[in-house]
Amino acid sequence: MTARHHRTRQRASTDPGRWGRRLGWLSIGLGTLHLAAPGLVRRVGGVDDSAASRTVVRLIGARELVHGAGLLFGRNTRGWVWSRVGGDALDLASLGVALARRRGIRRARLMGATGAVLAMTAVDVATAVRAGRSRARRLMELTGTTTIRRPRSDVYAFWRRLENLPRFMTHLDEVEEIDARHSRWRATAPFGRTVSWDAEIIQDIPDTRIAWRSAGDAAVRNLGTVTFTSAPDGVSTEVRVRIAYDLPGGRLGAAVAKFFGEEPHQQVADDLRRLKQALETGDVVRSEGALWGERARKEFPQRPAKPPRADELVRGADELVRAANELVRGGLA
Amino acid sequence: MKAVTWAGPNHVEVRQVDEPVILNERDAIVRVTSTAICGSDLHLLDGYVPTMQNGDVLGHEFMGEVVEVGPGVDPSRLRVGDRVVVPFPIACGSCNACAAQLYACCENSNPNAGIAEKLYGHPIAGLFGYSHLAGGFAGGQAEYARVPFADVGPLKVPDGLTDEQVLFLSDILPTGYMGAEMCDIQPTDVVAVWGAGPVGQFAIDSARMLGAAMVVAIDKEPYRLSLAEQAGAIPINFTEADVRAELLELTGGRGPDKCIDAAGMEATHGSMPIDVYDRAKQAVRAETDRPHALRQAILSCRSGGIVSVIGAYGGFIDKFPVGAWMNRGLTLRSGQCHVQRYMAPLLERIQRGDIDPTRVITHTMSLDEAPHAYDLFKNKQDDCLKVVLRP
Repeated sequence: MTARHHRTRQRASTDPGRWGRRLGWLSIGLGTLHLAAPGLVRRVGGVDDSAASRTVVRLIGARELVHGAGLLFGRNTRGWVWSRVGGDALDLASLGVALARRRGIRRARLMGATGAVLAMTAVDVATAVRAGRSRARRLMELTGTTTIRRPRSDVYAFWRRLENLPRFMTHLDEVEEIDARHSRWRATAPFGRTVSWDAEIIQDIPDTRIAWRSAGDAAVRNLGTVTFTSAPDGVSTEVRVRIAYDLPGGRLGAAVAKFFGEEPHQQVADDLRRLKQALETGDVVRSEGALWGERARKEFPQRPAKPPRADELVRGADELVRAANELVRGGLA
Repeated sequence: MKAVTWAGPNHVEVRQVDEPVILNERDAIVRVTSTAICGSDLHLLDGYVPTMQNGDVLGHEFMGEVVEVGPGVDPSRLRVGDRVVVPFPIACGSCNACAAQLYACCENSNPNAGIAEKLYGHPIAGLFGYSHLAGGFAGGQAEYARVPFADVGPLKVPDGLTDEQVLFLSDILPTGYMGAEMCDIQPTDVVAVWGAGPVGQFAIDSARMLGAAMVVAIDKEPYRLSLAEQAGAIPINFTEADVRAELLELTGGRGPDKCIDAAGMEATHGSMPIDVYDRAKQAVRAETDRPHALRQAILSCRSGGIVSVIGAYGGFIDKFPVGAWMNRGLTLRSGQCHVQRYMAPLLERIQRGDIDPTRVITHTMSLDEAPHAYDLFKNKQDDCLKVVLRP
């Protein structure tokens, strides 16, 4: 038997997180140094002649530990980096005061410390600005794979008939083929109203590979490929999907990101599971708990596993619209 | 219609629910004539299986008459009026797992496969009345039940056999049989079975049927042990005897060649401190399952032997004797039963009189009495071994 795999991943093209984490570790290091060896810090900084500096150095140490924890474990990287910039400004002000009062070797050491803090400030500001920008626009890339016990030609043919896509891709309402290369796609979510965009097939190798991309001025530009390869059992087909969304800035991008949720890759995995069900069994499987079949956006919450009332069956068809409307209220409000 | 529903840990209720309707083209609706409470239903009752919801219809052992079929059901396979036994795993019959006869691992029948995949690495088949992790399917302890992939699973029952004779083809008879089959039993083998509940009894019957030289039954309930003894097994009461010492004595120091764990995640231990230790860990969810039977089976089994696990486990255990398993070359085999694989051959054995499944039945009750029946079965009162409910 061929094992079935659903592997997915998500990648953001610009990663503010990496620099945020580096700054976080730097903060932890500086904070520890200030708290563990305040005497050394005061000597190197040229302020070992002031009793007040004893307290100031310790306070700076504590502050840096807070920054470090925030950057490493907090959710809002950008906020924490800006708070580091604020800390830099405070340090520079303190250094200015100290400089005005000192001469000789201490003054020289203070100049050195000031230079170091200025360099740090530049890095902090650059990171904060970049974090802001990457929030504005990012690439969401999703991949998934499954094995289907049908010949490659069958699986390819099912997918190539783009009208079939909404049978297993929950976010799509309808795909209309205009000609051999062009199609019009319609989705309900995440706006609570219908959005549509044109797509063109940019590569079509029968039984092997289909690639498409949005055409014209789609609100969310996207690019997808699906490949079909024969599994080692000689009977089944391995399907690999890669879809990239170019998420725009502002509320639209935020709403799309929210639509895909905390685990966007799960959507692709679930779509492929439904594709497998449709091709292997002829239908998308429904249970009493998961009543909506291909219209279900999420596995949970579920209704209890007991027979549905007649009105629940009717309501199921509207489930997607309802979910989308909720998103609009929650996400765009 | 009336249905037995889960209403929270240690709480089942008979409630009025809607009658089932066809949801997929290959569904059938069955009017349930007999259904049973399984030992694994007690894991649901006790609250050890996650993703149960208030209102879930219980029951995965049932049979009855087909009263409606969906448009996708092949009429040569199933028609209205057929009398069928329904296997507890739901299997599509066309995926790679089904092609390999691994029906309990069907890749298509669980609409909640994503959740199961997170817990188990790969999804498991949908099961009737056995949590949302196993698909959220309504169960068969009800007047009617919807059966998906009705042209794959249900076995048509010939006239002349009573419900009691064939009902257990839905789960416990094939489960006990698979436990013995996984042991590759040789005529010289001593087979030890942990747990003398209904599945353990059928594992004993199957081990004898497959030609074992000696079968040993390990339990703590005298009435269960005496039933095992009547079936030809040598009983060991683990609250009265040192199980490993007894097994060594019986086998001239070799240990049993093959061991079957028919107890599972809620096993108890003869030693009070060890029992309390694992109960406490389970209560705070530091482990989900109490593996007493499994540990003892591994430590007792002769070197190079087979340990076959059919008792239900759900999550994680600790102190798995991995050193004994590895260094002594043991083989560990397991699985939810691939019932569809065994139904027809076991039906033949019942018809031939090789095996009498009715011997485990101690109680027959109406559906309304289900809460009482669960209580009797769970607390092992009134010598309760197996309850059949008649809707």
